[in-house]
Amino acid sequence: MDAIRIEGLTKKYKDVVAVNGVHLTVNEGEIFSLLGVNGAGKTTLIKMLSCITSPTSGDAFLMGKSICKDTPEVKRIIAVSPQETAVAPGLSVKENLELICGVHGIVRDNAKRRIDEAADLLGLWEVINKKAGKLSGGWQRRLSIAMALISEPKILFLDEPSLGLDVIIRSELWDIIRSLKGRVTVILTTHYMEEAEALSDRIAIMSKGNIVACGTADSIKKSVNAESFEDAFIRVVKGGKK
Amino acid sequence: MKTVTFALRNMKEILRDPLNLFFGLGFPIVLLLLLTVIQNNIPVSMFEIDHLTPGISVFGLSFITLFSATIISRDRGSSLLQRLYTTPMASTDFIMGYTLPILPIAIAQSVVCYGVAAILGLKITVNILYSIIFIIPIAVLYIGIGLLCGSVLNDKQVGGVCGALLTNLSAWLSGIWFDLELVGGVFKDIAYALPFVHCVDMERALLSGDISGIFPHIWWVLGYAVIIFTAAVLLFLRQMKKQ
Repeated sequence: MDAIRIEGLTKKYKDVVAVNGVHLTVNEGEIFSLLGVNGAGKTTLIKMLSCITSPTSGDAFLMGKSICKDTPEVKRIIAVSPQETAVAPGLSVKENLELICGVHGIVRDNAKRRIDEAADLLGLWEVINKKAGKLSGGWQRRLSIAMALISEPKILFLDEPSLGLDVIIRSELWDIIRSLKGRVTVILTTHYMEEAEALSDRIAIMSKGNIVACGTADSIKKSVNAESFEDAFIRVVKGGKK
Repeated sequence: MKTVTFALRNMKEILRDPLNLFFGLGFPIVLLLLLTVIQNNIPVSMFEIDHLTPGISVFGLSFITLFSATIISRDRGSSLLQRLYTTPMASTDFIMGYTLPILPIAIAQSVVCYGVAAILGLKITVNILYSIIFIIPIAVLYIGIGLLCGSVLNDKQVGGVCGALLTNLSAWLSGIWFDLELVGGVFKDIAYALPFVHCVDMERALLSGDISGIFPHIWWVLGYAVIIFTAAVLLFLRQMKKQ
């Protein structure tokens, strides 16, 4: 089953076309990266897929549910870790996780199990009772991802998950993302070429609201005769400019 | 469940900020104590404890507006609201989640205010209970102003508008600190076209046992509360859709 099927999704803001009739399919359990320069339309596309923004036209189906017609059902199967760390600063790490359990209607015993699992996976035990607002950027990012995973989503959107993290924490984060492969469909947006290449099964490159390339990192490199993925990205984006 | 979870989170965020505790509970008490000392030295009818307490009780709610507006604007400024918009929470969960936790804080503020006034010599009667009960629609009005400001302003603007402008409006146009009859004219007309003086007059009538004296003020309070709260909900929903 396709985890995501996008059919002609378009978003216009007055006379600016942020996303222009995108068609795309993402397989279940796949790690799929969306790349593009700033303003390419990645974040707008993710906002539409996560039901934050309504499309101007077109539709997308997440596990068969329409983002236009089945919004409550879609919200039950997705989770988003936004670009900026989205945590409640006055609450402890544990309380932040409890908040997300509560808003997903996850009951007490089940919530405790999930909090334990998320804390194990993200290594949060040493800060579990600390206020989120007092944590370093790296810890906040881990918490933010734990908050996204705790509802056990079928589709997880990670918007620039390693932005501003040091090499060690980034490497740990990559291991966590890899560990999700096959269990959760992950849509990743990133500006780091090596991140997309290392983690993704497939990559889509966006430019000016359009998808200008889509495939494995190797197939994209081959399509433009590039040695490195970064070169391939540059050639694709420059060639894709309209 | 979702509303309660979100409301508890908001209550924790508000009560864990020491500045909120100081301005919410401490500042009205300081004002009561200070003005009572002044009253003892230079008696002014305006500052007699049974006249002053209802005013301070209403004035204290301007800080409740600040709490309400600040938490919403901060959530909007961070990505937390964006994350929560992708969860199964409905718009009513957000509105109620922001309103419900502030209401008991407002009532607690009023209870503390009347409690301190009682220690300072306010006669303890059932009228105090009526005054505290009728603080609820006034609190809804002030929370509504907070929800409205929080939905359209960023946290710095909230500090200016709710922290400075509203507290001044609430102070100058409410008849708490001076008798509006003394100024009269357009100033008095403007004051009586706004809700603040009606809130204070209603509370003063209740505390003095003049139940019929709450009219027409209660209609002004309820009317403004309904209009402002409705506008706040519509603006909150609008910014939710504008994401």
